[in-house]
Order: sequence, then C-alpha cells, then structure tokens
Amino acid sequence: MLTKRLIPCLDIDKGRVVKGVSFENIRDAGDPVELAVFYDKSGADELIFLDITASSEERNTMIDVVKNISEKIFIPFTVGGGIRSITDIQNMLEAGADKVSINTAAIKNEKLINQSSKFFGNQCIVVAIDFKKIPPNNPLHKNDSIDPELAITTNSKWEIYTHGGRNSTGIDAIKWAHYAASMGAGELLVTSMDYDGQKSGYDIEFLNVLSKTIQVPIIASGGAGTLEHLVEAITLGHADAVLAASIFHFGIYSIESAKIHMSNKGIPVRPIQ
Amino acid sequence: MSQIKISIIKYGSGNLHSVKKILEKFGSSTTITDNPNEIVNSDVIVFPGQGSNDTAMRQLREKNLVDLIRNHVISGKYFLGICLGLQLLFETSEEGIEPCLNLIPGNVKQFPRDQKRPHMGWNQVTLTDNHPLFNGINSDEFFYFVHSYYVEPSASKIIKGTTRYGLNFSSVISIGNMIGVQFHPEKSGFVGLKFYENFIELVKSKKNLSCY
Repeated sequence: MLTKRLIPCLDIDKGRVVKGVSFENIRDAGDPVELAVFYDKSGADELIFLDITASSEERNTMIDVVKNISEKIFIPFTVGGGIRSITDIQNMLEAGADKVSINTAAIKNEKLINQSSKFFGNQCIVVAIDFKKIPPNNPLHKNDSIDPELAITTNSKWEIYTHGGRNSTGIDAIKWAHYAASMGAGELLVTSMDYDGQKSGYDIEFLNVLSKTIQVPIIASGGAGTLEHLVEAITLGHADAVLAASIFHFGIYSIESAKIHMSNKGIPVRPIQ
Repeated sequence: MSQIKISIIKYGSGNLHSVKKILEKFGSSTTITDNPNEIVNSDVIVFPGQGSNDTAMRQLREKNLVDLIRNHVISGKYFLGICLGLQLLFETSEEGIEPCLNLIPGNVKQFPRDQKRPHMGWNQVTLTDNHPLFNGINSDEFFYFVHSYYVEPSASKIIKGTTRYGLNFSSVISIGNMIGVQFHPEKSGFVGLKFYENFIELVKSKKNLSCY
C-alpha cells in the first residue's frame, strides 16, 4: 500500500542550516549534510531543503551543498528557493537533487512549469504555493496583469502571497493550484502563511477543498505543533504528505514517535528500518 | 578478476549522482556517459529514467544509442532499467507516439484517473519469484516510486514483483540478463542499497563463470 510521507524541511542560508536545530547527537547543528544523514537514519521519507540566501552571488553555495547531500543520503530530496529558470533547475538536478520546488518564479513566468515539466519530467517539478485566508468582506486587490481565470473573486477564500507572505498577488490559491497541476506540476507544496509557525495545526479547510478536486499529490505545510496535527492533515485534509520543521528540529518529537502515532491512528506509514 | 565496468547512460537531464555513488560503493568502475565507445566496452548498462517517453526516445536516437543498447542486451551482457528505463524496453507507451526499444513484448499504460498521478512515494513490492536480486530483502518491503505509467508485459513469467496502486502492476521484470524495476532503488534507503549490492554480486558471479 502507498504510504503517507513524513517530510522534515530545513532552511539553508549561505550553505548553513538556520533556525537553530538542536540534537544531542549532532556535532554541527548547522551542517546540512550531517542533518540530512541524521533524518535519513531516523526514518524520514523524504527531505526538503529551502535556500533562503538573499544574495544571488552566494547562491552557488547551495549547489555544493546539494552535491554533498546526494552522496550521503539515499532517500529523495527536494531543493527550493531561488529557482528561477530552466538552467537553475538543471543545475540542481545535475548536482543531485531529485526534485526542485518553484514558487515565485512560477507566478512571474507561468511557462516555467510547463517547459520544465516537459523537459525534466513532471515527477521532479514541485510547485510551492504560499497562501493566506482572505478575510470576510475584504476589498479585492485589483491586479490587471493577472489572468482573469486565476484572479480572486468575491467567492475566493484563499489568496497567493509571495516573498515569505509579505506580498499579495491577487491570485486565487485554489485556481492557481489547479492551473499549476494542469501545466505539469508533479506535486504541490502548499503552505498556509497564516498558520506557519503558529503550531496550531495545518489549514485543514484549504487542504480538504484542494484534495477533493486535484489530481496530483499534495504536501501539507505550515502549522504543525503536535503529532495529532500531522494526523489531521491526512485524515481530515486528505494530504498525501506532511511537512514539518520546528517540531522535529527542536527535538520536541522524533520521526519515530511521529510514525508510531500516525500508524496508531490507522495511517499507512513506511516502517523505520 | 578485473573490476566490473558500468555505464550509466546519460540521455537527458536529471540526478544520476546517487546511482553512480552506490554502484561505486559496491566496487564497480562506473561512468555517466553518452559516449558510444565507452558504452560498448562496458560489462553492464544501467539505464535510468529521465524525462518522458518521446523526449527520451528522440534523445537516444539523436545520440545513436538505440542499436548500441539493443546489441548490448542481445550479446548477453547485463542491463538494468530503472523507472522510465524499464518502460522504454517495451513496444509502445501511452505516454507518447514514439515507439520504444521493443526488447520485451508488451506495452506501457497510464494509471486510470481514479488514482492520483504520479504514483509518488513509498510502496510495497510483493515478490512473485525467488530472484537473487532480492536476497536478504523480504517480500512486501517498501521502495520509492514516482511514475504515472506502468508496464504490462505479454508474458507473465517475466514478472518477478508486483505493486498495488489502485490496480496491481509489474514493478520488477527479469528476462535473462535484462532486469527492470519501476521503483528507484537508489532512493529506497537501506533496502535499495541491498538491491544494488545484490545486483553487483549477480553480475560478478556470471562474469566469474564466463572466465572458465
């Protein structure tokens, strides 16, 4: 039976892991390679590395990081952050990433999803969607550059944001998700910017609405604070995979305890080897 | 005995590092290449899956690799196809219009719409035969899959393992020296490493025999 995936996510800045990961048996908590090996051994099903390096000159560091990781772990991993072109995607895949995640670039250049999935295969193109709930009676952000088919209307419930949740786009998140899938996205990484960091659970309503109609796998992201939240994203939100960062990095829960909890709740998971 | 020479065929863009690293770990001399002279002198071809049916077949033709691969297989040397590399061994694919390599009778089909596509993640392989590739690996062990199409061989006896995703499909194929798997052993953690170790052992044992 196909199992639900548990995916730790690491933020990388200039080649180093940020957000202070703390484990007793890790010598260098800032070394992405050492942490990748740790999570692989712990039973993570996949890993995601997000490059948050601000300056593009220092972004080449990430290619070396990816090369080193690919030689040490033998589970799939995705690299995101700063991926803007076919060349960027090619560089990451050839360095050893299995998939790339594209976010803002896909919104600025819709053709990127279509071109890259045709060229590299849709299995390695993850489209990341950062969204927020639209408050009731919210005036619509008018944005004439948006395709009317994708623009938010009075019926829209979630809007896409870029730049870490700072910039609104006027794009309806559910419509965009379907559009991205139809253009060749192999998977969607959906992050609630309202819930991210709040530890109060994922945006179950969004997950549920999207899962009912979408044809590609969904990774739920943003809001995990307890193991029960992971369960809810799958049983109530029907997500195919759950991403979490801080609950694992700070040692609040282990991958093993998460898998045991999920399994006890009837969710199929890959047993830890 | 000299080291086993393996060519990983490069014909598109994607991650081939992991496969190379593992094959080297188990004592082979491995190169990622599209150079016919290099490929023709190798003991083993590893044929990964990259891109889609049509782009892959066109690339293989442009690089003049089609006959090279066919001759390698026909000469009795080992061949391992992974994911799309398995699918391309068959006759035709629903993914495109380009005919495949036509080395195994059967076709490639798309998963029906009632299942999410791609089939992505860890799923079980139920072994239907005692194949040496799975020495030390239990039936129903988990491997990593990512694909929207699956193979349907004409002869069921070549199916060595199956996987359930809405329907049962063939996830391991073997005919003589030709082996194909739908999952990615290089992404399947410890079990995947064991699979490659077994593969190298299998190649070595056959190579030793042929010395006598």
